[in-house]
Amino acid sequence: MSVTSLEIACTVNGNSITQAIDVRTTLAHWLREDLALTGTKVSCDVQICGACTVLVAGEPVSACTYLAVDVDGKAVTTIEGLARDGELHPLQRAFVEKMALQCGFCTPGFIMMAKALLDSTPQPSREEILEHLDGNLCRCTGYAPIVAAVEQAARVLQGIKAGENG
Amino acid sequence: MADVGQISSSLDGSGEHGQGARQESGHAYVGHSVLRPDLLEKVTGAAVYCVDLRRSGSASAKIVRSTRAHARILAIDTDAARSAPGVVAVLTCDTLTGLCSRFGHIVADHEILANGKVRYYGEPVALVVAETEAAAADALELVQVEYEDLPAVITAEDALAAGAVLVHEVDLPLLDVDNLSPGEGAGSPEGGPRVDNVAHEVTLEWGDVDAAWESAAVVVESSMHFPMLYAYAMEPYNAIASYANGRLEVDSTAQHPFMVRDDLARVFGLPLSAVTVRAPYLGGGYGSKSYTKVEPLAAVASWHVGRPVKLVLDVEESIYTTRVDSAVVKVRSALDADGRFIAREFDIVMDSGAYADNSPLVIAKSVNRCFGPYRVPNLRVRGRSIYTNTSPASSYRGFGAPQGVLAGETNLERAAEELGIDSAEIRRRNLVQPGEEILQGKRGIDADLPADLEMLLSALKMGEPSNTKWYGVGFACSASDAGAFPVSTAAVRVETDGSVIVLSGSTEMGQGSRSLLGQIAAEEFGIELRQVAVRQSDTGSTAYERTTGASRTTTLAGLALQRACADALSKMRAMAAEVENVDIDTITQCPGGFSLEDNRILRYGEIVKKWFGASAGEVTGVGTVRRSGVTKQMPPFWEIGMVGVGCRIDPETGAVTVEQLATVGDVGFAINPQAVEAQDLGAATQGLGLSLFEELIYDGPQVVNPNLVDYRIPRMRDLPSRIDLMLAERRDGVGPYGAKGSGEGSLNPIAAAVVTAVARAIGRWPDRIPLTPERVWRLISDRTDDE
Repeated sequence: MSVTSLEIACTVNGNSITQAIDVRTTLAHWLREDLALTGTKVSCDVQICGACTVLVAGEPVSACTYLAVDVDGKAVTTIEGLARDGELHPLQRAFVEKMALQCGFCTPGFIMMAKALLDSTPQPSREEILEHLDGNLCRCTGYAPIVAAVEQAARVLQGIKAGENG
Repeated sequence: MADVGQISSSLDGSGEHGQGARQESGHAYVGHSVLRPDLLEKVTGAAVYCVDLRRSGSASAKIVRSTRAHARILAIDTDAARSAPGVVAVLTCDTLTGLCSRFGHIVADHEILANGKVRYYGEPVALVVAETEAAAADALELVQVEYEDLPAVITAEDALAAGAVLVHEVDLPLLDVDNLSPGEGAGSPEGGPRVDNVAHEVTLEWGDVDAAWESAAVVVESSMHFPMLYAYAMEPYNAIASYANGRLEVDSTAQHPFMVRDDLARVFGLPLSAVTVRAPYLGGGYGSKSYTKVEPLAAVASWHVGRPVKLVLDVEESIYTTRVDSAVVKVRSALDADGRFIAREFDIVMDSGAYADNSPLVIAKSVNRCFGPYRVPNLRVRGRSIYTNTSPASSYRGFGAPQGVLAGETNLERAAEELGIDSAEIRRRNLVQPGEEILQGKRGIDADLPADLEMLLSALKMGEPSNTKWYGVGFACSASDAGAFPVSTAAVRVETDGSVIVLSGSTEMGQGSRSLLGQIAAEEFGIELRQVAVRQSDTGSTAYERTTGASRTTTLAGLALQRACADALSKMRAMAAEVENVDIDTITQCPGGFSLEDNRILRYGEIVKKWFGASAGEVTGVGTVRRSGVTKQMPPFWEIGMVGVGCRIDPETGAVTVEQLATVGDVGFAINPQAVEAQDLGAATQGLGLSLFEELIYDGPQVVNPNLVDYRIPRMRDLPSRIDLMLAERRDGVGPYGAKGSGEGSLNPIAAAVVTAVARAIGRWPDRIPLTPERVWRLISDRTDDE
């Protein structure tokens, strides 16, 4: 008889979770249906649009095509895990200020993908932003405000870092 | 790669929004680029979309879809599926006995589940309801459908051919004709037999077109093919329905919840008051979520199993639910030697797919919008919407304008070329002035198109590159009779602390209506934005709104809200006079309350409490809009499109790069300038997608690219390197503070601008879009002999 469920242990937005999961459950489905973390959205279902992007061990993955059991032993961060004590992450703040979203369905994926960029490349060039975010689709904004938001967030994060070091 | 995405606009994001090129609004809250409160919810993942909703005890549904384009259903065997693990029920058309099994707001031709035959590949045939989505999906393939194939008509040309098989055998009556003038009904009331596949035909004519051809200096004929598109709202269609005790509650991705309610009430024979439809935040709409889609399926499932049922489609299923009308548009124009129109003639044929949905209105609007905001003394337009055995088409951003304007504007450019007159000059000679009619008996143009054109030209000039080899500039304009039929209501509730709740039936689908309506209420009451809450789109508890489409919310819902605020203010003024026992004429409105002759100020909350004589109570104001007063004349307003592009061609590959984009939003007054420019850029970008990449392709009975891998939409790297977003604010609309709607305008003419730019760069006129590299490369290759 084939294995139909596996017990995994991981953290989601810093909270430890141990749970038996049906092996064919996608990470997106598990987050949304079992953990009620519905901020992660599913759109294209084929790893093209980036709406379902979450961070697993710091790396961006498409949760629509990533098996939930594969997060065993890893840390998962979703859009719900970004704000700290009600304080928006600089990316979230910049997206609002630059109106880098309208319907907002692509936004959690964009913000998580942009966070992965800024975590590894704190001062990205415009070309690096385009390169990194070209795999995320948005149907409302025309993208320019998203580029502007990521640039603003990078500046703010650099300022915070400089403040901490100074 | 060039520096991508440099935006020049009145709001480049640093410091105070809404300044720069704009004049001061003279208002406290409207006319300013306030932060949208809905965006704060959306960036944290807290915003609730329909797909995020759960109801306790709910089951999941999945759809068994037709694998044939056109076939009789001989038998459906559901036994194996019914006994599969977790399956609750399997519904077919036979399950719907006792219900009205068809829906459709113009023609009720749409079977909830195929009845006797299927009319397109992908049509719902049966519905599997199970404990989980996975169990329902597993059981789908156990449903066996036996078909007998019928000949299929996959293109409009096939469907119009003599002796073509009929997609629909019965000619059903039109239900809703408010918006269909000018035009003829598609059916007789009793529903006689159909003789052809024409779903709807509309004609528009004035002057003597036939006499014009002789006297013309030039007669230019051209035709353009507009592709079949998918709007791709990123949240696919979904609904959760609960039918119990003769009441139906549905949450869905509906732009027009009130019209969906009407359809559902007809299906179940229920009073409108027994049906509640709610639309939470929508993950995009762009017209594709107008009217009824998956709601009847979820509703009949819940009715049958006695539990709430959730139905969520994927992208492929969404493509097989609603796509955009493709079109072939033939144009003939006669001009005099000075480049002035003598006559124009259009023939528009749209492939509307297997069910009418909103296509009769799309064709009617295309007829009105194709010939442009020009003086055309003699005009003849014929538009036909054709049934085919393909996915049903319906509304899409622009409502027939993108199809018609592409053909009309490129035809004008070709005439200019033949006459040796430049593109700007030929428009200056034909564009109507403010107030002039373009549709006889309708509202004159409430915009200054000649001035908008000059704004556009100066921006395009500034963006001109030094290297113009394989580079072309194109621009185009349009005017749409927008706003749809003016029926709108709004209510406001003033609370004991002076805060205000706005009730509106207009749906927030990304365009920013929630924020905009809040701004209007704050302005009218003179209270802070955070004191206003806006509740939308719940047929059971918000005010009525006919639709959220046709760019109407700002103008019509905004006007209704302004009137609701005035109603509440007038009531409170009278209440203040009563509780203070003073003459009402001595009381004047001030921000947040009323001032008395003795300079005392009564806040709204105090008035409410004093009048009710307790720390309790509420004052309600209502506002309505109908065909009366400023909105008597149709259309309520004209939506202007004025856009230009600069395109560079790679002659080796045919790839087109849009280097410059310029838009003019002629919106009368921008209530949130940043949001208006965001809509303009978003609409233009969608327009660049259909100009360059997007096309659903039928090869035989099914779409060969029903997914986002093969259906290519604009990506971040496609961003033009220079973007100029301009606003023209002349307070010439009938909406609040002189506002007019926006959201479609910058899409409508953009394909014509791109085609013109490419034609100028390569010296050949394309006859179809999208301008894929292969198509452009072939056009270039064809002409290498004379280079």
